[in-house]
Amino acid sequence: MDLRALGESFIAMLENMGIPEGWVLLINWVLGALAVLVVALLLAIFLIWYERKIAGRVQDRLGPNRVGPWGLIQPFADALKLLTKEDITPDKADRITYNLAPIIAVFHILMLFLVIPFADKVVGANINVGVLFLMAFGALGTLAMLMAGWSSRNKYALLGGFRVVAQLLSYEIPVGLAMLTVVMLRGSMNLNTIAQGQGGVFGLGWYVWILPAVFVLYFVAALAEGERAPFDLLEAESEIVAGYNIEYSAMKFAWFYLAFFLNTWVLSAVAVTLFFGGWQGPFAAQLPILGVFYFFLKVFIMFFVFAWVRATFPRLRIDQMMSFCWKALVPMGLALFLAVAIVLKLGLPSAATNALLFIVNVVILFATLKLLGNYTKDLSHNKNKRLFAPELPRL
Amino acid sequence: MLVQQYGLIGVFAVIAFLFPIVTLAFTWLIRPKRSNPLKNSTYECGIETVGDAWVQFRAQYYLFALIFVVFDIEAIFLFPFAVAFNKIGLFALVEAIIFVFILLVGLIYAWKKNALEWQ
Amino acid sequence: MVGQILFIFIAVVTLLMALGVVVARNLFHAALFLIGVFFGIAALFILLEAEFLAMAQIIIYIGAIATLIVFAIMLSKGMMGRESGAYNKQWYFAGGAMVFFFGLVSWLLVKMPFKTISAQVPNDAIQQIGSGFVGHYVVPFEVASVLLLVALVGAIMLARERNS
Repeated sequence: MDLRALGESFIAMLENMGIPEGWVLLINWVLGALAVLVVALLLAIFLIWYERKIAGRVQDRLGPNRVGPWGLIQPFADALKLLTKEDITPDKADRITYNLAPIIAVFHILMLFLVIPFADKVVGANINVGVLFLMAFGALGTLAMLMAGWSSRNKYALLGGFRVVAQLLSYEIPVGLAMLTVVMLRGSMNLNTIAQGQGGVFGLGWYVWILPAVFVLYFVAALAEGERAPFDLLEAESEIVAGYNIEYSAMKFAWFYLAFFLNTWVLSAVAVTLFFGGWQGPFAAQLPILGVFYFFLKVFIMFFVFAWVRATFPRLRIDQMMSFCWKALVPMGLALFLAVAIVLKLGLPSAATNALLFIVNVVILFATLKLLGNYTKDLSHNKNKRLFAPELPRL
Repeated sequence: MLVQQYGLIGVFAVIAFLFPIVTLAFTWLIRPKRSNPLKNSTYECGIETVGDAWVQFRAQYYLFALIFVVFDIEAIFLFPFAVAFNKIGLFALVEAIIFVFILLVGLIYAWKKNALEWQ
Repeated sequence: MVGQILFIFIAVVTLLMALGVVVARNLFHAALFLIGVFFGIAALFILLEAEFLAMAQIIIYIGAIATLIVFAIMLSKGMMGRESGAYNKQWYFAGGAMVFFFGLVSWLLVKMPFKTISAQVPNDAIQQIGSGFVGHYVVPFEVASVLLLVALVGAIMLARERNS
């Protein structure tokens, strides 16, 4: 059942058939790429059902329940419908950019799947700069939304595009700082290596126990990166209708939709890999297929939390959101980075270091919460703001 | 090793880029094509669109993008430092702290100048 | 052999993209071509097995700088969607200058003695970069920080609304 052994025996089989080595490598790559692609697409279809079901349950509804058992076939029906819908391109739109935007959106999200370790060494590309790869191609998504917002030549879309920059760019910094702290603890940017370092019985080696505040930082920033409530201002339907993808219909809209769901999944998968031990679990070392199971289990639990938060919290105002990022999360991230660096260099035995890291994390987390609480209670800086006198949001 | 990994990334990049194009071409074959000027007009709120969407916006958004660039570059500088962290001495840590503090001064400056206020 | 073909292919695509930046009549399209150029450069870094540089290239130049450029175009009055002509009356001056500088650079490239090293890229290259930042190259590292600070202060001074 070892997936790697399976792949190696397949390569050996091809070589025995007399195919030159270069071509065997190419075939291997194409098959690997197709496997990742299929996994990503199946996931997207399942995630739509999963999220709708969660949202339904949270809001005391049933969710999809008509097509197939428990509505499981619903996303397929939706996909089929979107596939056959008429595609409308506004006459005023900038056609090249307009059509390129959904392609870039899908491209960037599929690329992210390459570096996620599903089990020990079962990873598309086991590169040493995995974390940077995530940041690099994650940033491409921002660009796709910006392109969509600009090229539609629609006021709402353009406003959505501006909000994309304001929100996604800003929250990339806390995400990067959280990743940076984990990288520093492990001394590697390879996601597989990071997950490997979190062994131990009952998940005691998970970094979430050592760096709880870093996880909170990552999670909150990831909510914003995934355009999820309470940070879904990009597509705030009550303000800008649908945001950057307002003029998109049929399959092009479907691609944005897919990118949105897969983005949340990737953010959950990264959270699991960085903080919850990735594929680690009982007997995962003996039976690699169990690792895949544990990994997906953890990611779906994490995704559930994302969906739960989305279905529960109301939306923030844009000024609150920006202040929250730059005045709370970024200083918190920098403080955590410095504190963790200093504690790691104290030269204590590893158990004492871990305990001290935990204490430092908790202290910083509560200090941030306390300062935030004081800040929101103190209304003096809110004098001319919309807190008491709502006014129309300015462009 | 490196070639093996990046070869896959290259092949996958090509496939991931072609895949949406192929599906879009496929839907172009099977979907209805009954466009009319009204359908293809820009959506606003039901009545005719007023003015062009491409107008000047506030520079406020730009300021955040600029601050973002500065901190993004800072994070990139710190990543190799974080990887090498276990191998380097105490003095190196002090240097990194100075590096972060200089930028922290920038953040405080932006804060005090109300550049982080959304107006 | 395969590496050579790949290099030529990527280089040609990158150059075509660069040409696109120059001749694109729409500023936004020019910016998109520029993103293609940056990608090509990242791919060239990968061919050189400099994976950290390639990722830094994508994060900084595509994720940050290109977004900033696109954004600046979106924010500039009269820039958006305006189809500016690629030529004006003085195109021959520019052409002459271009030929002159191309000749100069080609001459320099031919005359310059390039040192090539055939050593393998070490496995812990990123670690060495990191130790280099705080070891041998600590002064440029700290100066980079000051430079970023200056950039930040300058940006705030420029972009601040005058009436505040």
